[in-house]
Amino acid sequence: MSDHATAVSETSASEAIIRRAAPYRLPAGVVAAVVVGLVLTYTLGGRDPGLVTQSVVTGLLLGGVYALVSIGLTLIFGVLGVVNFGHGAMLSMSMFIVYWMTTSLGLPVYLATVVAVPLMMGFGMLVQRGLLNKLTLEGNHEGPLLVTLGLSLLIINVLLMIFGGRPLSVPSSVEGSLRVFGAIASYERMIAFGGALLVALLLTLALKKTSLGMSIRAVSANSQGAQLVGVNVGRIYALTFGIGSACVAVAGGLLAPFLSLTPTVGEEFTILAFVIVVLGGLGSVVGAMVGGVVIGLVQTVGALYLPGTGSLILVFAVFVLVLLFRPQGIFGANR
Amino acid sequence: MTPTAERLKSDIRAADDPRLRDNSTRNAFVVLGALAVVLAVLPLVANDRFETIAVQTLIFAIIAVGWNLMSGYGGLFSFGHAAFFGIGAYTDAYLVVEHGISPWIAMVVGAAIAALAGVGIASLCLRYELAGPYFALATFAFAQLFLLLVQNLDFLRRTEGFNLPILPEESFWMLQFERGSDIYVWIPAGLLLVGLAITILYVRSRAGQFVQAARDDEVAAASLGINVMRVRLGAVALSCGITSVAGTFYTQYHFFVGPHQAFGAAVSIEAIIPAVIGGIGTIWGPLVGALIVGPLAELIESVLRDPPGSLSFLQGVAGLDVAVYAALLIVIVLFMRKGIYGTLKDRWRK
Repeated sequence: MSDHATAVSETSASEAIIRRAAPYRLPAGVVAAVVVGLVLTYTLGGRDPGLVTQSVVTGLLLGGVYALVSIGLTLIFGVLGVVNFGHGAMLSMSMFIVYWMTTSLGLPVYLATVVAVPLMMGFGMLVQRGLLNKLTLEGNHEGPLLVTLGLSLLIINVLLMIFGGRPLSVPSSVEGSLRVFGAIASYERMIAFGGALLVALLLTLALKKTSLGMSIRAVSANSQGAQLVGVNVGRIYALTFGIGSACVAVAGGLLAPFLSLTPTVGEEFTILAFVIVVLGGLGSVVGAMVGGVVIGLVQTVGALYLPGTGSLILVFAVFVLVLLFRPQGIFGANR
Repeated sequence: MTPTAERLKSDIRAADDPRLRDNSTRNAFVVLGALAVVLAVLPLVANDRFETIAVQTLIFAIIAVGWNLMSGYGGLFSFGHAAFFGIGAYTDAYLVVEHGISPWIAMVVGAAIAALAGVGIASLCLRYELAGPYFALATFAFAQLFLLLVQNLDFLRRTEGFNLPILPEESFWMLQFERGSDIYVWIPAGLLLVGLAITILYVRSRAGQFVQAARDDEVAAASLGINVMRVRLGAVALSCGITSVAGTFYTQYHFFVGPHQAFGAAVSIEAIIPAVIGGIGTIWGPLVGALIVGPLAELIESVLRDPPGSLSFLQGVAGLDVAVYAALLIVIVLFMRKGIYGTLKDRWRK
């Protein structure tokens, strides 16, 4: 492609983004609602302020973790239109890869994560090429759902056959915690939060600035049109699934130090990740970040009033409301 | 007789021609009758271990038959049928334990509540035009919401679940029999037969034909004057009611129900897998699928208990059964789009 042609398509693509972008009123409204909610919790909530601060800090860090898991899912959902039910199982899988590398090969956790990323990316591309491409190119909705469901059961049970069901833990290299405004934040969770921000930033930049990113956005906006101008849609699908899986690998590696690993450990994240993806808007990386933090806060601050799994009811109530009234999410394009 | 009347009469005679008559309903009922005989005799000749597998398979089959009505014929892909199974299971547990009401009444009440809940959920989703993956996610979310609600409601005993009181003697009215009694197979068998009969009649009825037309082309169906929303909600109500009945029997058979057995995501998956493996949108597909998936776990377990030499490394390993049917699911979706029964039927027709 000549430089001139690149420049031309760049401008038209950025115009498309501007047209597709959501009005900034709604995201601002959501952030404002969260802030107001927190202020009300502090002033009228009737709970010890120290306790609230701890919940907020925990919620923010938890939200970062959720966001990290959701980023890969939102990319796959947004571009391929595939609800990847295997996402949680792939998260478990990458955690067990990291576990195996730290215990058998003696690699430090975060180095093992770096090694796991290309492995999971290859696995994701293989899955898309071998199992899903035919179905997604046909525009079949139920097929990919069922295949990823089967894949999820398959991965979980193969992990169960290899590692057994007893909880395992990854030896950590970073221990200790930091005190923020009197609240405790462990280093491992802070690293996971930082990782989420970094992944979100890199992915956003890659989608905006590189030619691969442009092809991905083109396929996402209109796969037929993209094919007409010479994009290999099947290849972009495979790469997108691969990148989504790579994000899962990062998430797995960063989560492994502070979770006890069982084959189903990823499952609870899948469900929340779907909530976050729908809340943030399909294919929106920033939306996944904000959605993750919002859900994390709702869960931990809600837990001050509704103990146990009660705060999850709030999360699902939010989900149902968003699905019904704004299925394109906070950051999704208006349709 | 005038020539016109003559022609009319011959037309009528032509319509009487046996080659033109639609025999599919009658044939389906013949198969159903044969199935009834087999199911009635089986427990008499089989042992106790077989009965556990048979009951498990029959429960699977009922859920799948229910799911198939809404998702196979209606085209509304539900990922949350656990919600309706759970409603049946918990209505029974609550009414029997707290009020001593007969499970048969609880079964009807549960089916009514499940049908209402299903219609409520589906009409919300359809009104806001959630389709494809969004509909699946929404139903999934509602099932999760129900699970969380049950875990947090005192009158449903939170995470503890209900234990049914054990009666001193057998009672048909209270649906309790001695362990291993043949009646424990006959009841779900009867319920399954009713579910299949409803499917056969429904599919050939006006409402059933309309809902299939709406599945295949919504706009065309609506432009022909079909009230798409209403026929779809009809399919949903039937589907949820049948699934709930399976839940009621589950509670009665196991004497216990907890949140995860009733509303867990695994139940939603168990509704989908037999139907997909057997054949979505066919009368017998869900049954065929359940006959494959139901005994699979037991079969694999018995192979692994005394494995042939080459497989000995698998001895005592958990998870193989699910891995096998997960692989089967993937293969079926990729290569036999219509499921085992659907594909065989097509091939046989040719």
